[in-house]
Amino acid sequence: MTGMNLVESPLDPCDALSRVTVPAGEPWLGELRRGQTLRIVDLEGNQAADTLFYNLHDPRGERYSAVDTIREQGNAYLSTGSCLRSTAGRPMLTITADTCGRHDTLGGACAAESNQVRYALDKKPMHNCRDNFLIALAESDYGLGKRDIGPNINFFMNVPLTPEGGLSFQDGLSGPGKYVEMRAEMDVLVLLSNCPQLNNPCSDYNPTPLEMIVWK
Amino acid sequence: MSTPSLSPERIVYQERVPGARYASLILRRGFALRLTDVDGTANAAVLLYNPHNLLERYNAPDTLKGQHTARLTAGHMLYSDMGRVMLSITADSLDWHDPIGGISDADAVRGTYGQARYQERLNDFHRSGRELFLIELAKWGLGRADLLPNVNFFSKVQADEAGNLRYRPGHSHAGACVDLRAEMDTLIILQTAPHPMAPGPEYAPGAVDLTVYRAEPVAAEDPCLVSHPENARAYANTAAYHSQE
Repeated sequence: MTGMNLVESPLDPCDALSRVTVPAGEPWLGELRRGQTLRIVDLEGNQAADTLFYNLHDPRGERYSAVDTIREQGNAYLSTGSCLRSTAGRPMLTITADTCGRHDTLGGACAAESNQVRYALDKKPMHNCRDNFLIALAESDYGLGKRDIGPNINFFMNVPLTPEGGLSFQDGLSGPGKYVEMRAEMDVLVLLSNCPQLNNPCSDYNPTPLEMIVWK
Repeated sequence: MSTPSLSPERIVYQERVPGARYASLILRRGFALRLTDVDGTANAAVLLYNPHNLLERYNAPDTLKGQHTARLTAGHMLYSDMGRVMLSITADSLDWHDPIGGISDADAVRGTYGQARYQERLNDFHRSGRELFLIELAKWGLGRADLLPNVNFFSKVQADEAGNLRYRPGHSHAGACVDLRAEMDTLIILQTAPHPMAPGPEYAPGAVDLTVYRAEPVAAEDPCLVSHPENARAYANTAAYHSQE
């Protein structure tokens, strides 16, 4: 598993169970049953999709783990074939198709306070992914809050590591209509923020909509 | 890379944590903690929380992206998820501590080292990083939801050009040490199980010495403050936080 595993999906959106467009800068919270497939479509290109997963039946006790996922596959990037593991080391989802080629799970999500650190102290009022996560959880009945927000996946984002231990944010490899598709290996809760970041190229300074397509 | 010698009158507390054991302490602002790899085989896994608001904790992604790094060493700061500095790495006899390898669990330890339960081995039984963290976290009212990517001091995980991750055995040496200065009061949860990518088969994680000492005042040109403009901003947020006390 070395990333850049470009695979198209045989699934037809006409057969989908649901199709939802998530406008730029908004959250999406949804449930996936084991065996169901979720496709995230980067409708207009260069959009970051900050995503968290929880065990639907034990969301406070088991959630997506970035470090377990990359350590067990022996590679820092996500693409077709990547097994997304939980904090208990169990497979939560498997990436089954990917027309983008590389997704990040080390860069985390933007927050009001981290935007201050990264860009300027006066950036605190700007909208950010953690606000999306927090409001979506606060308005839901899953009993989740700030302590349940661990490192996420940034679908469509490119954050390369170097052998010298460097880490950089680079222009995404995504483009209009590119997608990533994953099959649930357990019942999961999906929490997504369609990233509103305007300070770096992760959304090409122009956040755009995503489509969420679910198949049985 | 080097670490300064500590005069005895600055030292306020010392403790030796054997391999595969745990410790926790609140490091007050103005104090520093030196971790020493006693015989060169230790992995010191560390998680950080604000003892006055346990919802504020060390955030690996913010720390790494803020300083454009996938390794931690002198000059780096460890950020909380509230845009503040918890600890500064002021000195280091190594050039790399691992922030992305995570921890082992019981299944992984059994797979790498074989079964060694208390029933057979008494207090030499094999413990995993997950168990040790959960035991020590529980003493502060924290649990599974609070397990996050930690720092593995004295270990190195290196990516190649394709992103493949390799553990580097023999990275540390006897007496290697790293100094952590508290910029705000910080609850440190530490455990010394083997790194999850250590190859085995011998289960023999080394001991870590903890030395708490009075820190020097932070100078305007402090190397951690000036190494990245992000650090100066995170430190400004920390100063603003203290002005509310």
